[in-house]
Amino acid sequence: MSTVLTQSINLLAAILLMLAFAMLSQRRVLSLIHLFTLQGATLALSTAIVGVATHQPHLYFSAALTLLLKVILIPLLLHRVIDRLNVRWDVETLINIPTTLLAGIVLVIFSFYLAQPIAQMSLTITRGTLGIALASVLLSFMMMITRSKAVPQVIGFLAMENGLFFAATAATYGMPMVVELGIALDVLVGILILGVFLFHIREQFDSMDIRHLEKLKED
Amino acid sequence: MPLDCILLVVAAWLLIGIFGVLVLHRLRLVARLMFPAGGLAGLLLAAAAAWSLTFPPASVILPIGLPTLPFHFRLDSLAAFFLLILGAVSAGVSFFAAGYFRSGEGTPPGLLCLEYHVFLASMALVLLADDAYGFMVMWETMALSSFFLVIANHRLGEIRRAGYLYLLMAHVGAMAILLCFGVLQANTGDYTFANLRAQHLSPFAASLAFLLATAGFGAKGGLLPLHVWLPEAHPAAPSPASALMSGIMLKTAVYGLLRVTFDFLHTPLWWWGLLLLALGLASALAGVVFAAVQVDMKRLLAYSSIENLGLVFAGTGLAVLFAAYDMRPMAALALTAVLYHVASHACFKSLLFVATGAVLHATRERSLGKLGGLIRYMPWVAWITLLGALTSAGLPPLGGFVSEWLLLQSFLFTPGLPNAFLNMLVPVVAALIALVTALAGYTMVKFFGVIFLGQPREEKLSQAHDAGYWERIGMLWLAAGCLVLGLFPVQVLALLDAVTRPLVGASLATQAGPWLLAPIDPARASYGPVLFLLGVSGCVATTFLLVRWRYHGRLQRVPPWNCGYPWRNARMQDTAEGFGQPIRQIFEPFFRMERDLPDAFDATPHYRVSVSDPLWHWLYLPIARTVERLARLAGQLQQGRIAIYLLYSFLTLIAVLLVVRQ
Repeated sequence: MSTVLTQSINLLAAILLMLAFAMLSQRRVLSLIHLFTLQGATLALSTAIVGVATHQPHLYFSAALTLLLKVILIPLLLHRVIDRLNVRWDVETLINIPTTLLAGIVLVIFSFYLAQPIAQMSLTITRGTLGIALASVLLSFMMMITRSKAVPQVIGFLAMENGLFFAATAATYGMPMVVELGIALDVLVGILILGVFLFHIREQFDSMDIRHLEKLKED
Repeated sequence: MPLDCILLVVAAWLLIGIFGVLVLHRLRLVARLMFPAGGLAGLLLAAAAAWSLTFPPASVILPIGLPTLPFHFRLDSLAAFFLLILGAVSAGVSFFAAGYFRSGEGTPPGLLCLEYHVFLASMALVLLADDAYGFMVMWETMALSSFFLVIANHRLGEIRRAGYLYLLMAHVGAMAILLCFGVLQANTGDYTFANLRAQHLSPFAASLAFLLATAGFGAKGGLLPLHVWLPEAHPAAPSPASALMSGIMLKTAVYGLLRVTFDFLHTPLWWWGLLLLALGLASALAGVVFAAVQVDMKRLLAYSSIENLGLVFAGTGLAVLFAAYDMRPMAALALTAVLYHVASHACFKSLLFVATGAVLHATRERSLGKLGGLIRYMPWVAWITLLGALTSAGLPPLGGFVSEWLLLQSFLFTPGLPNAFLNMLVPVVAALIALVTALAGYTMVKFFGVIFLGQPREEKLSQAHDAGYWERIGMLWLAAGCLVLGLFPVQVLALLDAVTRPLVGASLATQAGPWLLAPIDPARASYGPVLFLLGVSGCVATTFLLVRWRYHGRLQRVPPWNCGYPWRNARMQDTAEGFGQPIRQIFEPFFRMERDLPDAFDATPHYRVSVSDPLWHWLYLPIARTVERLARLAGQLQQGRIAIYLLYSFLTLIAVLLVVRQ
């Protein structure tokens, strides 16, 4: 087991976390998509490296799938959506970015606290990264909470899935191929459905601001 | 063999219902063919059930329902007795319904036919069910099909409201019954009745099961704090449906309570009986007092049903009390009285309800204040109703008297109870029963007198037409039931012996010959209904002949002294409100009254009085308000903002993760 490989996995995990933080504080829709693409690429790379380090060929397929889906297909779809909706240059007003980032740091500490007993039990080379995976799930979740526009929320949702995927590779060397294919398909279908929703929201409210959905509540 | 017959009848009912849907709007076909066919099936059911009373219990497992949960059915004497009532009474009601349903009344006739026959079939299967699962499925089917019958006229807001209240109470009751079965199975996971019967519960668990059964079946049977749906739902339903609900469906509650108390719980505790007795008597008194002040004829009958079921529950309580002290023959006497009252109430209350249906169709009027003098225009209905009203009033020689007499007899045995405290209760309880019976008589005088006697209070009443042939057949059949129960009690009791023996291990020995009813001991009390009838008829005939011989042809009509009034009209007769007024005064604390008295100088004076149930204000409205307040508090969580919802799931996730970490 080469240390270089292990170190590079840790490095990629750190990049993933940095990207999650960047997404949390990013206000422009276009940059968010770029960050998401970058996250996908990091994920694909780290999966491939885990595959090399542990000699598990099925992880290569998994990496290829990730590359295809999360680096090419979904960003392409997202670009098309923001073009069609004409929100390419949208800038969201986020409240109090520093506080959000501080809360994010608390979340990271919390995730490491959570991951500690699991990491101790685990014998895999990537055990240190489980905390990071959890942290990026929670950070993406928090990103969804703080956003009020529909497209960034969709991206937050996808980023959460990235975190989960990373947790799967980090803790257990990936899931069985069937499960992975299923999840990939789910994500693809999910983004299509969410796209349809986005257009409907737009049609109904003339805006992508999901605060308008509050009107749907019955008093 | 009888079980197969009964299941065939149930299948026939279901088929008739489905056929009704196929010919949804063809009223004549549905009314003249489907309902009489259902009635004939009912007669077959009654015959099979009567036949099976002499057979040992039979059971069958049908693989319908869920894959691993087949329905168990069992026909024993208790179920057979209630099935006999179901078949016989439903036959009369179905014949009546053949002439009753008209077009253009809310639900189309074919759908009514389906609901009606599914209702009948589900009641039969409730009585046959031999596992908790099948019982609950049928119980809920019964509640739902009768709910749809209640809201047959769903275009009226008040009927929808009544239906909602009924459904709500039915579900509260069903919940209690379900929990009761849960306690009874004692963690064995086996819900067949055979297993429930085999369990021997601790006194605490048994008491819990009994209380849940009382609450659940009491909600269906109109026991006091849970009776509010009854006076709303019964008047809302079409008359044949009200007749079935009041005549038979309420009895399934009695059946369930008897089944749980005497069949599943082996050693009753004495305070169960006392509780049931107290609740039953309270219902009986409240029911009859409210019945006496009603001005809507169907509401009056609904309250009267609460009264009668109250008496039935009180009798059941007494039977439990005797059984708890191991006084088997006395328990058998009380239980016999209960079953007898169940039978006679089923006959006369369905008769009275279908009679109100006939009046309603003839006059389009439910309010007693706008009826009167109908005996001239509807002699058939009037005379048959008189028979039902006399039975309801508990007058000899009809069915109501026998059961109330038996009930009083069993109360008079309570001094034998080895408990001084209970012995002190006897005079009070007996007096209460007498009071209830007397007030029931008063109510029936009001019911019959205001509707059929006197002068018509409205012009249009002279257009009223008598019931058609089908309606007459149905009413005559039910009236015949009242008469048979009244005149041949000894023969009926011989049938009932087969029911009480397995339940309390004793039966009512009647050695006094076929014409004399003498429970326990002829020296103590006996009653010969046929002798009584002959005596009364003889007296009446003699008086009639004497008066005729003495006065006939020598009458002279002179203008009466008209009390200083220059003219009088039919509206000046004693009204339903006026007739009930003394009761309203005497029992004032029972009611919550709102009265608008007109001003002395008002040119168009209006007098309005509304009497409502104080329980509604003390118990139900506070509960409803609390529920609403809690719901509004829970509604605060519902902000309508996606970010808030996401935050909820985020916090939940964090909390769950923390728990997992520990």
